[in-house]
Amino acid sequence: MFLPMSAPSAAASRTYVVVIDKMKFGTVPPSLKAGDAVVWENRDMFRHTATATDGSFDVDLPAGKKGKTVLARTGTFAFSCKYHPGMRGVLRVSK
Amino acid sequence: MSSKFCLTAVASLMAASASAAASGPTDPQIAHIAYTAGNIDIEAAKLALEKSKTKAVRDFASEMVRDHEAVNDKALALVKKLHVTPEQNTTSIELIKQAAATKAKLAKLHGQAFDRAYAVNEVAYHKTVNGALKTTLIPSASNGELKSLLETGLTLFSEHQKHAEHLSASFK
Repeated sequence: MFLPMSAPSAAASRTYVVVIDKMKFGTVPPSLKAGDAVVWENRDMFRHTATATDGSFDVDLPAGKKGKTVLARTGTFAFSCKYHPGMRGVLRVSK
Repeated sequence: MSSKFCLTAVASLMAASASAAASGPTDPQIAHIAYTAGNIDIEAAKLALEKSKTKAVRDFASEMVRDHEAVNDKALALVKKLHVTPEQNTTSIELIKQAAATKAKLAKLHGQAFDRAYAVNEVAYHKTVNGALKTTLIPSASNGELKSLLETGLTLFSEHQKHAEHLSASFK
């Protein structure tokens, strides 16, 4: 699941929420732009992380907590939970 | 040591599960089996944290304590909400008995011998519990919330099994 948190406007950055629950990352927003942010909301009972394979972000997410990643640059960023590597996803960030 | 335990554990858990399945394990019995299985792994992890100095083993054991305690806390909250009293049964009794024997054997080991035996046992244990979840406990659960918790548990324990397999392979 992803939820835009801010109203869209031309060239404005937006913040999206990716919900984590039942050992899964929710749907990742499909049209991310550089400057947007992703808030990772861990609704699961377990501690997770959102960790980029290339090391560009590593967000610790204790159970019930949130963390934020600002997408500073374009690219394709695979990520996973370092405690549960079967949980994974990809952020695709364009200009 | 471990392989002998594994075979016994697999045989008895599967036999007990099969026998429970034949007559249909009740939700109180399923809750007791699942809670007991989690508790056994927490105890094994605490032993590892006492005995091992290897970072990879300690990290794995910390993860087991953290994750299994989270599931068991949720399970306790659920049975309270549903006014269900977990019911001891032959499967959970057998699990406890075998866990005591395994713990006694692990407690005698030191250094890399302990690390290796703990990792091997964790692989086999998670494999056994996951098999029981898939074939007996989840299909038999009648309450939707209990079934859902068991399904999340299976996803989690499958991750643990993979992690344990990597850990075990690192000692070969």
